Parts: sequence; C-alpha cells; structure tokens
Amino acid sequence: MVIKTEPFILNIGPQHPSTHGVFRMRVTLDGEVVVDIEPVIGYLHRGIEKMGENRTYTQIIPLTDRLDYLASMTNNFAYVLAVEKLAGIKVPERAEYLRIIMAEAMRISSHLMAVGFFINDLGAMMTPVLYMWREREKLLDLFEMVCGQRLTYNYMRIGGVSQDIPEEFLPALKKFVAEMPGFIDEYDQLLLQNEVLLARTKGVGILPGDTAINTAASGPVLRASGVKWDLRKADPYSIYDRFDFDVPVGTVGDNYDRYWVRMQEMRQSVRILEQAIAQLPGGEVWAKVPQLLHPPVGEVYGHIESPRGELGFFLVSDNSIAPYRFHIRPPTLINLTALKDMVVGWKVADLISTFGSIDVVLGEIDR
Amino acid sequence: MTLLEQFRLWLGGIWPDWAAYLVPGIVGIVVVLAFVVVLVIVFIWFERRLLGRFQIRLGPNRLGPEGIFQPIATALKILLKEDIVPAKSDKVIHWLAPVIVFVPVLMIFAVVPIGQRAILTDLNVGIVYVVAVSAVSAVGIYMAGWASNNKYALIAALRTVAQMVSYELPVVLAILGVVLMAGSLSMTQIVAAQSIPFLVLQPLGFVIFFLGTVAEMNRSPFDLLEADSEIVAGYHIEYSGMKFAMFYLGEYGHALAYSCIITTLFLAGWQGPFLPPIIWFLIKVFAVFSVIVWMRATLPRLRVDQLMSFAWKGLLPMAIINLFVIAVEMLWLPEINLWILVVTNIVFAGVLVLLWSRLFSLGGGRVEV
Repeated sequence: MVIKTEPFILNIGPQHPSTHGVFRMRVTLDGEVVVDIEPVIGYLHRGIEKMGENRTYTQIIPLTDRLDYLASMTNNFAYVLAVEKLAGIKVPERAEYLRIIMAEAMRISSHLMAVGFFINDLGAMMTPVLYMWREREKLLDLFEMVCGQRLTYNYMRIGGVSQDIPEEFLPALKKFVAEMPGFIDEYDQLLLQNEVLLARTKGVGILPGDTAINTAASGPVLRASGVKWDLRKADPYSIYDRFDFDVPVGTVGDNYDRYWVRMQEMRQSVRILEQAIAQLPGGEVWAKVPQLLHPPVGEVYGHIESPRGELGFFLVSDNSIAPYRFHIRPPTLINLTALKDMVVGWKVADLISTFGSIDVVLGEIDR
Repeated sequence: MTLLEQFRLWLGGIWPDWAAYLVPGIVGIVVVLAFVVVLVIVFIWFERRLLGRFQIRLGPNRLGPEGIFQPIATALKILLKEDIVPAKSDKVIHWLAPVIVFVPVLMIFAVVPIGQRAILTDLNVGIVYVVAVSAVSAVGIYMAGWASNNKYALIAALRTVAQMVSYELPVVLAILGVVLMAGSLSMTQIVAAQSIPFLVLQPLGFVIFFLGTVAEMNRSPFDLLEADSEIVAGYHIEYSGMKFAMFYLGEYGHALAYSCIITTLFLAGWQGPFLPPIIWFLIKVFAVFSVIVWMRATLPRLRVDQLMSFAWKGLLPMAIINLFVIAVEMLWLPEINLWILVVTNIVFAGVLVLLWSRLFSLGGGRVEV
C-alpha cells in the first residue's frame, strides 16, 4: 500500500515559547523532519537606526540599551567606543577598567541566560535556568549598584562612564569572582555528563568551520566551529591587550560545542575580572567631553566582541550634533543566516534546540 | 473476601437483595473517587513544592499551610475560564476526548489494593485489566490532537500513537516477569506473594517497568506529547476551561495510578512493619512519585526518534531477556532460596544494563531530504 503523504507548512512563532522573543519560522515539515525553513523577522522593529539619526550622540546611548537587552552594557560599550574613535577622545584609565569589568560581567550574565535557555529548549523544565539565574541575579545587583538599573543600564558615556562605582561594589564583585568557578563546576556536574543532554546535542546542528566563515558568523557560534577568532585577541580594543585569557574553541561545531564554548568563556571572563580588579587604578572616570559633540566629518566602524559575536556600529558624521548615518551590525542577525544549513534534515525538536544554541536576541535582530 | 463483599453480605441480611447489591457498589465508587481526587490534588501540590525545592525556589506557599490549597485555587480558576472550541474543530470528538482520557484513569483504581482487603474489586485478571484500561487513554489523546485541527496538536497526536504502542510492549513483558514469580494475575495475590519485594527480586524488570510507565504517563524526559518548548502544549493546545482540567486531572491521575501500580507490583504494596497498611501504601506511592518528579527536574527531553530507539532497541530486548531469565529460574529452580535469586538477579541486571549502555546508542537522527 502506498500512502500519499506530502510536506506541510508549520508556522513556529511569532508567539511561541521557544522563539526567544517574537521570531517566526515558516517551517516545511515532512512528518517530524525539517525540509525547509524560512525565518521571518521584523516583529520587533522599532527603527532604532533611523531614530539615531535624529538624536545627539549622547542621546543614542539609551537606544543602544534596547538592542541586545541581555547585554546592554556591551552595546553601550561598543557604541561609545565607535564615537570615541570618530571624535578622537581619550578615556581615563579607571573608566577603561570599569568598562572592561562591566563588559565581562555582562558576558557572564548573558552566557548564563544563553546556556540556561538552550537547555530549556531541550526540555529541561527550567531547572538549569533557575540555577543560572541565581548567579545572574548577583550580577544584576552589581549593575544596580553602579547605575541603578537592572536591564537597560545606560551606564557608559562618551569619554568614560556616568559615575564611579560605590564603595560596596568591589567587595561584592570580589565575592562573586571567588564563588563563580565553583558554581560553573556545579553546572558542569548537572549537565556535562547528562546522558540525555549529550544524546540531544552531540552531532546535532553541525555548522562546519568554512560555512561559518562564509556566513560571516562570529562569537561563540563561530568559535564552536573550530575557528579561533575573538576580537578581543584579533583586534584588541580598549585595554584587552593587558589581560591574560584564552579563547576556547570547539571542534565540530555542533550544539554541544556551542554550549561548551559558552561555559568555558564564562571561566575566562572570570579570569579577566580577577585581573581587572587587581589592576584597577584610581582617578577620574569621565573625560572632559562637550555635552553637544560635533565630531569631524568622516565615518567610522567600531566593533567589539559582544557575548553573541561581533557587534559593530557604523557612524557617518557631517559635523552636526547627530550622526548622518547610524548603522548597527547585530551579531545574531548574521549568525541566524546559518540556521537553515544547520537544521535541514533534523527533527523539529532539533530545530528548536539549534535555534536556541545560536542564542538570538530579537531586540538586536529587528532593531 | 474484600471489605466491600463483607459489607454486601451483611447488608443482604437486613435489606432487599437489589439494595444490598447496589449500595456497596455506590459506596465503593464514591470512596475510590474521593481517594483519587484528594490524592491527585495532593500530588499536584506535592509536585509543585518538590519541583520548587529542586529548582532552589519555594513553590506555592501562600494559600493555606505550606500552600496546600493552591491546587484548589488553580482548579477554581480553570473552572471559571471560558470554554473555547476552535471554529474548524470536530466538535463531537473535541468534546469526547477529555472524557476518554480521564475515565480509564479512574477505572484503573478499581483493582488497586490499598490494604489487605481494601480493594474495590479483586479481579482474578487484575493486572491484565490495568494494562487494557490504561491503553485506552492513548485513543483519547489521539482524538484530542486530531479534533483540534491544529498542526501542533496533530504532531502530538502522531507522537502519542508511536510512543504508547512502543512502550506498551516492554511494560507488559516486565509485568509478565512479576506474574511468573507471583503465580497469579490478581493484584492482591501479587502483593501477597512479595515476602521479598520484587524490586530487589527482579530489579531489571522494575527499571524497565518504571521507565516504560514514565513514558506511558507522558512525563519528562518522555513528555514529547506536550513538549512545551517544541509543540507548545501538544494535544491540549486548543483546550481550555473544564476540558483542559480533565486532561490535567487525567495526567496527574495517570501518575497516581502508575505510582500505585508500581507500588503494588514491585514494592510489596501495602505490606510493611509497624505502620498501618494504608500509611505504608501512601509512603511508597509518594516515594515513587518523588523519583518521577526528580527525573522531571533533572533531565532534558528525548527526541522522537531517540524515544523510539530507546523503546525498541533498549527496553524491549532487555525485557525479553529479563522475562526469559525469570522463566528459567521459575521453571528449574522453583524451590530455591529467594535470597540467592536476589543476589543473582541484581548482578545480572547490573551486567545487562552496563552492557546495553556500552553497546547501544540512541542513534544519529539526521535524514537526507
């Protein structure tokens, strides 16, 4: 008997528990097997790039908070670095260190969310997420100490940071840095030898190194595929050349490697934090910068290694108070283009987990 | 003679026959229903609190002491919700499905012995009845997925059929091992035969039965039917209000029923020193359920092809080997000291599980398209 079957189209999202926001996948399924996938984005489009062209350079900083809302500090950092490059502003030493501390703490916080929700997408009933939120909560408390906010920080300023850290900040950070490796060990105990986790992630959603390079992927997605490319090493910005840390690299580029790379990067971030605390100098935190900046005519592309990959800001100045053109290179939008190569032929469940392993933030993709 | 039969005989002496026949039946049904509903509510509360502990949070603790009334508040909330029926659904089947899921769960409790003579009806084919009745729920779930006219629900429905059919086999084979040793299909006889609990007498059978039933009651890591991160809520995505409550009750009722069956078949049921039988029974039931919650809190979900290969390549061959070994032991060594069998079977189970975990993998899963 020949049963007549045909593929059917399933809309996953925009309202779906595992699309990490309002992302829609138009998936063609043959039974459970993914035949084709067409991502549909734009449900969270707010026109941040156009808004940026009508605001002064300082007023854009809060807008960047709303891009990658799981790593707002990093967005601030990338943007102010680009503007400083454009206007040629020198940043005080202490501010540089504070920025590094914030960026690395943000990386840990963001990776905790990424790994936790990746495991959640595999169906783990929130347990890993809640353990990881325990540590993320401490980091959010730290951020609240320095700038009063827990999600959209608006802490960095052109030429420095908005305010110096309060005196209770450093002891709390030191305590966190001392405890964090133990907590990462605890996650490894729960997850690293979990049979079901291994069966679900090993060999699933493979992104080969050359495909990753061709799609211009960056961040943990690229490094999991075995390409050693980290902007902190490859094009050291700020003062990253002063710190000693490793770049963890995966081998195969499957979901397990992407998960593993993130876990290792947290350890490396803890190392950077330790060194930054030890070296932290005193002094000013905000250089004398005019409130209304008129950068010279020209264009600049400033990029940093955000937790999700290469976050770039492209600015064109016409010597007015607002940028003539303000463009963002969101890492996850570029990483997302590799999704189809990774999931075709796998099951629906793998589609969800692979999508989770890319670690997208829709605020950044749709801008 | 069960307590109900005794009650009927006593009533027959003073009342007319038809009343003496009808009243004990109604009393028994009411008692079992009360037992199930109360325990299901306690189970819901227990799972939420225990899951909270596993996840370093408190769980519901506001309503009543330790939040014990929270499930009642949840039930009230669900009852007051609007009953939404999708416009293009198959209305009759959509209405019928929750009933078909829930009723067989209740029927299982007819043969669960919670004390020496405390059983609704001591069927001489009790365990066969359990297997037969519990399989009906799969039909209800399939109906729900089909009638909803929703693609997520349809995927869940197809998964249900595959999962239920696959896991029924190892479960039944594991039960056969118990039946061989007990020498009876009656639940009371099986309990009575366990001077040493079958948990230690045939550990492999226990592991197979336990995993198989966890898969049959659709709980994590085998909860592919609901898979909230993939197919949102699976078969009950289009249900709300009381119909959803039926599924919810059915799910926990299933967990309760299978905890009771595992207790009866492998943990010596109500038997135990010092404490009254009902207390022992409840302790064991809650212990089994705690392990299920523990698994739910710890393990991610299997993929659908891994689920299938786990049943057909993992559990089924092991169940056959287990049944064969038990049969040989019962045939050739019927008079042997049971403690020797305990040691042999534990060693045998350990070796076989180790061997299988080395030889057998869940497989790749990629398909060329």
